Amino acid sequence: MDTVFKKPHALVDVSMHYCPGCTHGIVHRLIAEVIDELDIEGKTIGISPVGCTYNNYEYFNCDMVQAAHGRAPAVATGVKRVNPDNVVFAYQGDGDLAAIGTAEIVHAATRGEKITVIFVNNAIYGMTSGQMAPTTLINQVTTTSPLGRNPELHGYPINVCELLATLEGAVYIERVSMHDIKNIKNAKKAIKKAFQVQMANLGFSIVEVLSSCPTNWGLNPVESLKWIQDKMIPVYPLGNFKGKDLEV
Amino acid sequence: MADQQIIMAGFGGQGILSAGRILAYAGMLENKNVSWLPSYGPEMRGGTANCNVIISDEVIGSPILNTATTLIVMNGPSLDKFENAVESGGIIIKDSSLVQRTPERKDVEVYGVPATETAFNMGNPAFANIILLGKLIALTNIVSKENFEVALKKTLPSKKHSLIPVEMKALEFGMQY
Amino acid sequence: MGEKLLMKGNEVIAEAALRAGCRHYFGYPITPQTEIAHYLAKKMPELGGTFIQAESEVAAINMVYGAASAGARVLTSSSSPGISLKQEGLSYIAGAELPAVVVNIVRCGPGLGGILPAQCDYFQAVKGGGHGDYKMVVLAPSSVQELYELTVEAFNIADRYRIVSMIMGDGILGQMMESVEFKDVENIDKADKSWATTGTQMKREHNTTTSIYIQPEVLEKHNQKLQAKYRLIEEKETRVESYNCEDADIIVTAFGTVARIVKNVIKMAQKEGIKVGLIRPITLWPFPTAEYEKYADVPKAFLSVELNAGQMVEDVKMAVNGKKPVYFHGRMGGMIPTQKEILDKIKEILNK
Repeated sequence: MDTVFKKPHALVDVSMHYCPGCTHGIVHRLIAEVIDELDIEGKTIGISPVGCTYNNYEYFNCDMVQAAHGRAPAVATGVKRVNPDNVVFAYQGDGDLAAIGTAEIVHAATRGEKITVIFVNNAIYGMTSGQMAPTTLINQVTTTSPLGRNPELHGYPINVCELLATLEGAVYIERVSMHDIKNIKNAKKAIKKAFQVQMANLGFSIVEVLSSCPTNWGLNPVESLKWIQDKMIPVYPLGNFKGKDLEV
Repeated sequence: MADQQIIMAGFGGQGILSAGRILAYAGMLENKNVSWLPSYGPEMRGGTANCNVIISDEVIGSPILNTATTLIVMNGPSLDKFENAVESGGIIIKDSSLVQRTPERKDVEVYGVPATETAFNMGNPAFANIILLGKLIALTNIVSKENFEVALKKTLPSKKHSLIPVEMKALEFGMQY
Repeated sequence: MGEKLLMKGNEVIAEAALRAGCRHYFGYPITPQTEIAHYLAKKMPELGGTFIQAESEVAAINMVYGAASAGARVLTSSSSPGISLKQEGLSYIAGAELPAVVVNIVRCGPGLGGILPAQCDYFQAVKGGGHGDYKMVVLAPSSVQELYELTVEAFNIADRYRIVSMIMGDGILGQMMESVEFKDVENIDKADKSWATTGTQMKREHNTTTSIYIQPEVLEKHNQKLQAKYRLIEEKETRVESYNCEDADIIVTAFGTVARIVKNVIKMAQKEGIKVGLIRPITLWPFPTAEYEKYADVPKAFLSVELNAGQMVEDVKMAVNGKKPVYFHGRMGGMIPTQKEILDKIKEILNK
């Protein structure tokens, strides 16, 4: 019988610890499939963040470096500058990248570091139990915005792709979503292109992935996917922001 | 003299720090222990510059000078600031082109050399510092003229080496004055 | 040995790092250590190395973390407020057992303080400035020649134990020029770095650099391993210079710049018939406790002279362990004690 579906080689054969309906696992799989397809597992270094995916170094078969909260782009910079032939990706959540690590992401992009950032935006802090994130939507209830995010008190959601697109050093920027099969397929294409941009030494690449957090959103998995589509995408429009026509 | 502790002070741009460095280098060529310490505090942004140079037969303890055997000053405020730091029996060399006041101390030797005016007449006011070092060398024999010339070569960038003969003339003037 | 050169302390640190095979520097400007960055900004590209002026000290130390994880000899340098910002990264580097060299050209605090010489970061350096039970090897040179030798050694120690070596100096050491002689060939240890995250090349299991251990049993074991390493370093890497201690009336402890001043005090005191000894810790951690055990019966008292309100004196007291009285004399805020001031303090103690 032909094998039509199997675990990518770049993923370790263990069960992941993520909650039911969480899309982190899918994002991991897409990254691993891309690593397999580009045949770069032996020279890929991943940077694990702080957040729900703090220990994703247990899930990837390539070398991994666990970073402090928000510092993954700086750590990735150090790794890449020592061995420029390595393919280096940083995996970051919204609190990690868009709050505590704002300086690091902006300046890694500014320098045009030849690294790839996979930015998982689920509009909430998952690991620390549902606090307001910089990407939390207006009126969204979280444990630290119990009456809903109020711009008067909490300011507005931050659009990372649009922000980074103003920087010369960031050459490939795309926002994708995990809410259905078609978009997951698109997401893989974007992740692959982001890696290829790095391998072609063109500059900094980032893919923002709209992702679900049923546990902290208080929704079931199906409702969560619908919430991405109905609530998040209007605020965080999908598509390419930079580098669509880059030859890789 | 076996041990010289020199404070050099003036405005930024008068070559105070580089003069100190050349002197320290020449001292090193004499096989003496040397140290050079610039003022690096906020005052360096305020237009004044000073440095401490020690040339000694002994191992140098602190490179910071609370007192000095010699004070070389290229402006009035520096004389005001450091006059009392000179040890009794020590030396004050002032650029008399720029420092009008006569030191009040009666227990030190005072020499005025019109360094800036002379350097200007020689065609390069930047060599006033070298003229003053000439006076110091004549008074103390702390380094030889030959080693001073080598130190110039070692501390100046090569594109400025063509100026060394003129600088040696400036040194000679200071030594003879 | 090569030619005798006259060089600034900060430039010597930079040159020593290059000679030790360091080709990666990440830093952020702060007075009074910026000449290190100036020197390396020029030299690193010539040597095919990396110089990055980071967006902050926080970013710089995390770049150090990444580069160290990738197996490189890596340097960062800063001064007190910047070193405070690096504490997070230093704790992670300690936890992940990575080798790195950090220079702290200490200025006076607290807060923005001032840029003149101080030793007020002693506690931060030797007691673990960041969170968690960890140690750094802290080297305290007192001359420009020693800045060179100890910077090279700092890289060797860092690699040997997978630990952070800190060079702790002050603005005087960083800014002063003194003669220095470089060796023709450096003594560079070749450490095993099979743990580095350089890519599996599909030939080995994947390597992981991490400081997180969620299981308490595992984390306790990890801590025990770190502590065993620290005990080994205490045994093998303690460095100290003792001077005139054999028949001293009083033994002074001082490091770095202050030790130079005390050496002059010793000469002054000799002329007055007072025998002053000096214990100069070259490693502030590990502290040379055994040296005090050796000399505890010799003097009438011990005195610690520091550019702070009394920090190392606590380690001196622990080392003397109640056998003799321990006194302290310190200046703060960039003020430097004069030789006479120290001698007066010595006389005051001996006349008690």
